[in-house]
Amino acid sequence: MIAKLRSTYGSGIEPLTYLGQNYMVVDRSLIPDLLRILRDEEQFDYCVDITAVHYPKREKQFDIVWILYSFPRNERIRVKTLIADGESLPTSVPIWATANWLEREVFDMFGIKFDGHPDLKRILLPDGWKGFPLRKDYGILQQDSEWVQINLGIESGQ
Amino acid sequence: MTDPNTLSPLDLDTPDKTFLDANELVINMGPQHPATHGVLRVILRLDGEKVLGLECVIGYLHRGVEKIAENRTYTMFNPYVDRMDYVAAVSNGLGYCEAVEKLLNVEAPPRAQYIRVILTELNRMASHQLWLGTHALDIGAITPLFYTFRDREEILKIFEKYCGARLTTHAFRIGGLQYEAYEGFEKDVKNFVSFVKPKIDEYEELLTTNRIWLERTKGVGVISGKDAIALGVTGPVLRASGVKWDIRKALPYANYKNFDFEIPTGANGDTYDRYIVRMVEMRQSLRIIAQAVEGIPEGPIMAKVPKVMKPPVGEIYHSIEAPKGELGYFIVSDGSTQPYRIRVRPPSFVNLQALDVMCRGQLVADVIAVIGTLDIVLGEVDR
Repeated sequence: MIAKLRSTYGSGIEPLTYLGQNYMVVDRSLIPDLLRILRDEEQFDYCVDITAVHYPKREKQFDIVWILYSFPRNERIRVKTLIADGESLPTSVPIWATANWLEREVFDMFGIKFDGHPDLKRILLPDGWKGFPLRKDYGILQQDSEWVQINLGIESGQ
Repeated sequence: MTDPNTLSPLDLDTPDKTFLDANELVINMGPQHPATHGVLRVILRLDGEKVLGLECVIGYLHRGVEKIAENRTYTMFNPYVDRMDYVAAVSNGLGYCEAVEKLLNVEAPPRAQYIRVILTELNRMASHQLWLGTHALDIGAITPLFYTFRDREEILKIFEKYCGARLTTHAFRIGGLQYEAYEGFEKDVKNFVSFVKPKIDEYEELLTTNRIWLERTKGVGVISGKDAIALGVTGPVLRASGVKWDIRKALPYANYKNFDFEIPTGANGDTYDRYIVRMVEMRQSLRIIAQAVEGIPEGPIMAKVPKVMKPPVGEIYHSIEAPKGELGYFIVSDGSTQPYRIRVRPPSFVNLQALDVMCRGQLVADVIAVIGTLDIVLGEVDR
């Protein structure tokens, strides 16, 4: 599969394995075409999870990870791409309906925008919240004190 | 960015007519509602009694578990996972411990594996019993609640005797177990298996052919296998739609491949099939427990793990079949004592997304049935 994909996309795909788990680091420009091909031609019909990791010291600060599973092949694979802060990604909701809430959570926690998402808004935090908690520069005790003061009436904001 | 207290986009479609003329009605259910099993808010768009669409508002129990994980060591984070799906804490612990073990490249010794399987399956049983009791109560059958809670108590007693806690057990450690099985553990488990077998028949006598139960569950909240896969639904909900997939069989973890058990599936993907699937799952869990308790080997219960855990740089994804579906942990290690990132893939969160699809065209009363049949735990949805 990887060989076939590499012949189409060349060096945009780098296949890797760690502890027996396969994943590939792909070029940002291959998303979402590659994801669609993985579903349609390679039978990865189940999108297990979409998540992100923040590396503030890197130039391209975010890893976006799609964890995919194929029922016919009984195989799991991860697709990873790197993007910079402020860069957006095309949505994968048309490919897997489950991406809807998963992308909303990534947006909620990391502030990464997905172009074309049907309803991109916060999911776990309140709509008016400022800041993205799972970024590394967001402190563990940090809160949006303005929001807390206005909505919960707690003067200290904590 | 609008204020959370203002109306949602669904409200904006409401036709500009007087209330009595309105043929579309938007009503709010929850977050404080006895049938939402926690603090779930659902905004329903109705045409009379018929549901046209709905939107879930979640996050009321958000505690930032993933953020906390980044500020704790691997060992310190272990008790936190119990607080996500608090009715199946043992399963959460199993998934987390196995994921970190994988990252450290150690394996729990066989004796620990057997005790882990017994406790996890007991917990699956307890989770399904709690689901059955509350789900039936929501639909209007009060009796099963008393039956299931009476029997679930016996499982909690075993947990209490084993580790001192009943719900948030923190039963496992990375690398094995902290506690040896107490004296009489095997006898207690065997007694429980023979005690609860006829009790499951009792639950079935109350419901399986009960006419009211059939009317309220047959053809309600139907989801096809294709839709379920597209929506990422897992666990009994997926199996009831005819997809025979269980991680215990497909990608075996712990030592499940040593045991004989069947994966039940449904044909119609409705609430009744999901009920039947879970009932059969309870019996299959008993089968696994009975096999495991006969074969507990002697030996150590803890593998050699360093006191200060520093997994090598890398990332892994490990998932298990929790009572609600696929529970996965994606862990990134930067070589330090604290995880760089832990992502929890919660089954309830993903399954809840299917509520909209399952409720369209149904009656308002069926929304309650469908929330019940999805078997969500809001502690896990919101994390």
